[in-house]
Amino acid sequence: MQSLDVKARSGSTAPAPGVRTIPEVAKLIDESKCIGCKACQVACMNWNDLRDEVGTNIGVYDNPADLTPSSWTLMRFFEVETEKDKLEWLIRKDGCLHCADPGCLKACPAPGAIVKYSNGIVDFVSENCIGCGYCVTGCPFNVPRISKADNKAYKCSLCSDRVAVGQAPACVKTCPTGAISFGSKEDMSIYAEKRAGELRERGHKGAGVYDPKGVGGTHVMYVLKHADRPELVGLPKDPSVSTMVTLWKGVIKPIATALMGAAAFAGFLHYVMVGPKEVKEDEKEDA
Amino acid sequence: MTNNWVDIKNTDLVLIMGGNAAEAHPCGFKWVTEAMQQRKAKLIVVDPRFTRSAAVADTYAPVRVGADIAFLGGVINYLLANNKFHEEYVKAYTDATFLTKEGFNFDNGVFSGYDDAKRTYNRATWGYQLGEDGFVKVDDAMQDARCVFQQMKKHYSRYTPELVEQVAGTPKDAFLKIAQQIGETSAPNKVMTILYALGWTQHTVGSQNIRTMAMIQLLLGNMGRPGGGVNALRGHANVQGITDMCAYSDTLPGYLGAPLDGDVDRAAYLKRLTGKPLRPNQMAFTQNFPKWHTSLMKAWWGDAANKDNDFAFEYLPKKDAAYDILHMFELMHQGKMHGFVCQGFNPLAALPNKKKLSAALAKLKFLVVADPLETETSEFWKNFGPLNDVDPKTIQTEVFRLPTTTFAEESGSFTNSSRVLQWKEKAADAPGEGKADSEIMARIFVKMREMYRKDGGKAPEPIVNLSWPYQVAEAPSPAEILREYSGRALVDLMTLPNPKDPTAKPTVAVPAGQLSSFAQLRDDGTTACGNWLYCGSWSPAGNLTARRDNSDPSGLGVYPNWGYSWPANRRILYNRAAADTKGNHWDATRKYLSWNGKTWSGVDVPDMRPTAAPEENVGPFIMNPEGVARLHAIGMADGPFPEHYEPFETPLGVNPLHPNNPKAVSNPAARVYKGDMETFGKAAEFPYAATTYRLTEHHHFWTKHAHSNAVTQPAPFIEIGDDLAKEKGFKNGQMVKVRSNRGEVRAALVVTKRMKGLKVNGKTVHTVGIPIHWGFKGVTQNGYLANALTPYVGDANSQTPEFKAFLVNIEKA
Repeated sequence: MQSLDVKARSGSTAPAPGVRTIPEVAKLIDESKCIGCKACQVACMNWNDLRDEVGTNIGVYDNPADLTPSSWTLMRFFEVETEKDKLEWLIRKDGCLHCADPGCLKACPAPGAIVKYSNGIVDFVSENCIGCGYCVTGCPFNVPRISKADNKAYKCSLCSDRVAVGQAPACVKTCPTGAISFGSKEDMSIYAEKRAGELRERGHKGAGVYDPKGVGGTHVMYVLKHADRPELVGLPKDPSVSTMVTLWKGVIKPIATALMGAAAFAGFLHYVMVGPKEVKEDEKEDA
Repeated sequence: MTNNWVDIKNTDLVLIMGGNAAEAHPCGFKWVTEAMQQRKAKLIVVDPRFTRSAAVADTYAPVRVGADIAFLGGVINYLLANNKFHEEYVKAYTDATFLTKEGFNFDNGVFSGYDDAKRTYNRATWGYQLGEDGFVKVDDAMQDARCVFQQMKKHYSRYTPELVEQVAGTPKDAFLKIAQQIGETSAPNKVMTILYALGWTQHTVGSQNIRTMAMIQLLLGNMGRPGGGVNALRGHANVQGITDMCAYSDTLPGYLGAPLDGDVDRAAYLKRLTGKPLRPNQMAFTQNFPKWHTSLMKAWWGDAANKDNDFAFEYLPKKDAAYDILHMFELMHQGKMHGFVCQGFNPLAALPNKKKLSAALAKLKFLVVADPLETETSEFWKNFGPLNDVDPKTIQTEVFRLPTTTFAEESGSFTNSSRVLQWKEKAADAPGEGKADSEIMARIFVKMREMYRKDGGKAPEPIVNLSWPYQVAEAPSPAEILREYSGRALVDLMTLPNPKDPTAKPTVAVPAGQLSSFAQLRDDGTTACGNWLYCGSWSPAGNLTARRDNSDPSGLGVYPNWGYSWPANRRILYNRAAADTKGNHWDATRKYLSWNGKTWSGVDVPDMRPTAAPEENVGPFIMNPEGVARLHAIGMADGPFPEHYEPFETPLGVNPLHPNNPKAVSNPAARVYKGDMETFGKAAEFPYAATTYRLTEHHHFWTKHAHSNAVTQPAPFIEIGDDLAKEKGFKNGQMVKVRSNRGEVRAALVVTKRMKGLKVNGKTVHTVGIPIHWGFKGVTQNGYLANALTPYVGDANSQTPEFKAFLVNIEKA
């Protein structure tokens, strides 16, 4: 993507340079078709040239056990008894949801380290990242990870490089069962509702779409078998950007900026009214 | 597969049992999700574990490892007792109406003709009654007590829902719910498909597991129909191709029976294997056996196979015993086999009882391993601590490692589970000295031929006379080899004499050159064909396996011009059965093949003589001399009707169906070698049922060498249910030791709700799950080979080892 596509930038009050309007995109993950084969994990590794460490087995099928700076997507497995004696093995592909109102971007103090493109993709620009970890705090879904190797934050880019040239993200391209679709946000929302309806018809009464409004909607959506209970698959029910981040960006930051401005103005006044501070000769020598 | 991958989308009901398609065949599983979304098909999974397939299923039920026939026999009983079978289909397309011999019976767990000492059956009393006309006697009303239908009904009447629960551990309610759903597909407008894999084959009753399912599909009228069939999901990209080429001792390419010691000459051999109709008007397609076999001999020995020398019949080895892989390692273990060439195969990991395998390899004089990777087999002589605790000083076997190309480093064709040959081009050169397997074999052959030519030796003719027409003798090209399989006319083939017009002058029927169909093969030495089933894959029009036309005019997923599907580019086998007895479609949503008044026509190549009018009653199962499918199968080693037998290591100690017959506990016809019976454990010492399986993240013992795969499933583990973990005081993630009577493995523990103890025959049977995939070479964490635990015994018919059901104990490591 290019700067002309950038709609929002972290750590900057200057208007974003984006002048292009391109359709918003979305990835849709259909939980009912996902078999947890991890082909998406391998595709992600291979497209992005990431190779995580070979870990160990800690008693679960989730491998690696968590998202890492080199593992941007991960299958999470949940054995739940949704009703008495009714076991379900729910499998969710975890990774960045690319919020319309991204908590990470809001929290990030480094100018241009996190950008949101007009197609909705939220991308980390690592050369601008200062490794402060505010994005981790700002994310309602616990997605970004800081690399110990270079002290920068990493997460799924929704394959912004592929999308920029008209291709679907690597995970979508690879998914063998059609559990992941990609298209315009509008098309994906329509298809998601259709799938949720089909699942309710099949007997999954709680089926629905996960596109939480608290973060302005997301550009990675889910069709969940139990959308009424997203916490079953480790998703927050009503996610929102944390109050601290909202306060910082929404209320405190303008005040802080105003205070900084006021301080500068006071200095200027002092200069005009009192004149420059003069340095005595002997003080110069001491310095 | 009798059908094909894409065809799964045409079904109304998918049953996954004896396999775990989502886990082991994720790409093909897309057609299951397609059927579920587009056709609103339902998915049923029956498995000892709640698998990844079960995760997306509508219905799941547990079954005890090794008790599939109890479950499926229960389904047969349900269908017959509740009149849920497809009567028109069963009467016309199966042997249900045929009368069985008077002497045939089944008593206390064994069929008539059992020889206790040899552990084999004399099958003389099995099979059909023949009339004086040479045809089978039938009772169209299916009322005669000797007819197959009544015999089958009697046999399975014992398999009540209560018995299913008692033996298989499947709760009665869950069983009945599934049986009912299956039964609904007996309606002519409903079809079910069954997907299975090694979960059925790797048992001492493996072939019978599959047969039981085949019987169910026949009773339901689901064979030969779009969305139906019995579908084996093969394990490698080209394992179907290996089977088709029959690199086994039992068969020649194209499933032609190999000569036996008793076949004194070509005539005797051909007579034994050439079919003749057992019912009027049947095609009995194996009548053509002499054409296929003669053409094979011409492909192998060219001019050296001719009328004067019985088409080189004497060049073929005559089989005096089964030379399956278990038998080979048995001979090796006995010190009777001195050399072993091991190509694309890792037997130290892939066969049962590692201890015995390791001892066998150590007795060899030489071992050649041709493989792209370092395998456990090639390193069997090295000490890897407890993972491979051998003393190299005591092993004298000389090991040669020949690096080969991987699939991406050579051109050629794959034959997939759908029987479709697909050509692919080489993507990269092999690193280092890697050579294609064909080149390695060719170089060895050329060298050996030179030695035989120079020094003579015992029976040099088959070697020195072998047809070797390749441009570069030491590196035959895959294209040359496929053309040879596909076959050619050696001369212009003239029309055969017409009895109606004896004076007619023969004309050229087929010009010399590549053939387009096995129908053109002849038994007079004028055609050569390396595999009759592949005949036509490289036709005069060129390499049809390289076709990539993805048009599907019917919308039924036929793709007739994509690759080449054997036989005859047919996409669904037995597809005559896709139409009713009058030749009309069974169902309007799946119009596949029908009789148009003059010929059979439809969207696929008819599996029928095109001009055979329905009133001629030519049966759809043309490879059987009776023309119909067999519910009573005389060809099986262990009984014409499948019966439940316990695994050789049984957690029950008895067969609940025959509690008073110790000879009928486990398969009476399974082969057990001397010394192996003693290595089987008993439930008192090894109380838990164990099973091995594959995980989606890995491909056998290969991808442990790939970093991406290693990240997604890095280390070995053992799976048990949370109920057993609680009982034993085990915690998730802790190290445990699993022991069988043959060895042990240690790994981290995964405690899951997805495995539960099952109430079986009055006791609780817990299952211990042991994924394979790890070893002592590769980039994953190293691990114990799972086959340290498994018993050295195989299926009575195919000798496929019993990897899926044995006994272990589990303790803290």
